[in-house]
Amino acid sequence: MIVIEPKAKRSMAADAVNTFPDECCGFLFGIEKGNDRFITDILIVNNAKEGDKKRRFEISAKDYLKAERYADENGLQLLGIYHSHPNHPAIPSEHDRVAAQPWFSYVIVSVLEKKLGRIRSWRLNEEQQFEEEQIPDYQFI
Amino acid sequence: MATIIIPTPLRKFTNNTSKLEVKSATIEESIKELSLNFPDLKKHLLDDTGKLRSFVNIFVGDDDIRDLDNVHTKLSDNAVVSIVPAIAGGASDQTFTKEELARYNRHIIIPDFGLEAQKKLKASKVLVIGSGGLGSPVLLYLAAAGVGTIGIVDFDVVDDSNLQRQVLFGVNEIGKPKVEAAKRRLESLNPHIEIKLYNTQLTSKNALEIIKDYDVVADGTDNFPTRYLVNDACLLLDKPNVYASIFQFEGQVSVFNYVNKDGERGPNYRDLYPTPPPAGLVPSCAEGGVLGVLPGIIGSLQASEVIKVITGVGEPLNGRFFIFDALNFETRTFKIKPREDNPVSGKNPTITMLIDYEQFCGVKAVEKPIKEITADELYNWQVTGEKFQLIDVREPDEYEIVNIGGELIPLGTITDNADKIDRDKKVVIHCKVGGRSAKAIRELEEKFGFDNLYNLKGGIFAYIDEVEPELTKY
Repeated sequence: MIVIEPKAKRSMAADAVNTFPDECCGFLFGIEKGNDRFITDILIVNNAKEGDKKRRFEISAKDYLKAERYADENGLQLLGIYHSHPNHPAIPSEHDRVAAQPWFSYVIVSVLEKKLGRIRSWRLNEEQQFEEEQIPDYQFI
Repeated sequence: MATIIIPTPLRKFTNNTSKLEVKSATIEESIKELSLNFPDLKKHLLDDTGKLRSFVNIFVGDDDIRDLDNVHTKLSDNAVVSIVPAIAGGASDQTFTKEELARYNRHIIIPDFGLEAQKKLKASKVLVIGSGGLGSPVLLYLAAAGVGTIGIVDFDVVDDSNLQRQVLFGVNEIGKPKVEAAKRRLESLNPHIEIKLYNTQLTSKNALEIIKDYDVVADGTDNFPTRYLVNDACLLLDKPNVYASIFQFEGQVSVFNYVNKDGERGPNYRDLYPTPPPAGLVPSCAEGGVLGVLPGIIGSLQASEVIKVITGVGEPLNGRFFIFDALNFETRTFKIKPREDNPVSGKNPTITMLIDYEQFCGVKAVEKPIKEITADELYNWQVTGEKFQLIDVREPDEYEIVNIGGELIPLGTITDNADKIDRDKKVVIHCKVGGRSAKAIRELEEKFGFDNLYNLKGGIFAYIDEVEPELTKY
């Protein structure tokens, strides 16, 4: 289960909608308790992909290091990555799977013609395949 | 000793340690040292040939080792080495998922169809007008075939008299809006497509707005005003219109307003039928009936033409008009040509915007139901002495050929003779097959407020078939 605090969810959704038709990306921070993750903070970073950003994203090494530092300085854990899928469902593509890191949560925000679609989260299993992580409604926790 | 900073996602392989000290003097050696101490980490850093993986970046201080001596970069005692995973990804640019490829396999393996045609289907938007007898097979097959976006226009609700031919619906849907019932059925048939609903009557006011977003229109309407409306809207918006119609045992199919590979535009409905038939002369399926399987046959042909128009595979039924007679199992194909005097697409167009099609056809697109009586019930009234008046609205020469004792008041004179129609008892009105008498009843109800009129279902023909087979049919 991955719980995303409303403020973090709103910032992520706004980034996805504002960046449409390009893909947006950023980092997820929070704490981990057992198998559950609680996302309290996000860091929006630039999509460094050269060329078509409508279908791809890339995060520069500098931004990655910035994210690790941000986690350290704020006493949080870097728990994953979010990115958007403009006009595509919030399901990881083969591009996502091949480049995916173990352990990280991959939150995907679907945007359909400037309108927010579904937000879903995925994690690699031992076989390097994505499994969905449930995102419960915050108010029920 | 140099310090190596392990990125968060790889810390589960280093017992959750984020910083490790290494004794090695170069990057290459330090990676070997790490791999030895933490075997699970190795496969995330090195590929099968022992090379650094392409999505792993290594920084010494602020510098990428690619800008230094790569894996041979020397490490000083206080060097800080960061392992930085490359973070990337993106939406799928494959047109089809694995499930879709499996689903459409039998299309894709046809040599003249292939993946290209399947991609065109997925990218296409088809508007199906009417989700009844013809709409049912059209929608089922287009959805199954993978048309990416399907729009459905229908304002009606499912009625038990629909189930004999409208195979989209079952008993559980009776009373529910057709478009919603259709959507549920089609989504369960193919989750990879999008269904858009227009739970409304297509009119001159909304037709252009609804049709403009689609590539192809499939017309499965059941009345003349909507037929002409769809035809004209497709001409004004430059959309191909795949037409089909059914009545009793006969069906018709054609592809209208199709532009072929040489850029030549084919004929349309107005080239085939410049003017609508006189009001009330041609009964609809609701009045004249239809063999339930007929829309299944004709609607499937219609769906096949839609797929050909979208994909460009084969020769569509453009400039040709196909007729199927189920009763005698006969098919005919006529050639049709654009007419110069076509008021919309001819040389001197007089219709440049949508008009009032109910006025043009002299009938309402949506008729309110009228009371009906079957031939059997009429016979029952006759033998049980039920008091009623019988009126025949056919022409005098038809009456000469055969009649069942009704009072002759031809349709054209019915309103002038309204005073001859009884108000105190039941009145049965009939014609040949039920169309004209329905029209007479509507006029009498609208103009004079009659509420005691019954239409003889199937007209005098049904009466002859069921009650007096020795009488002459004409």
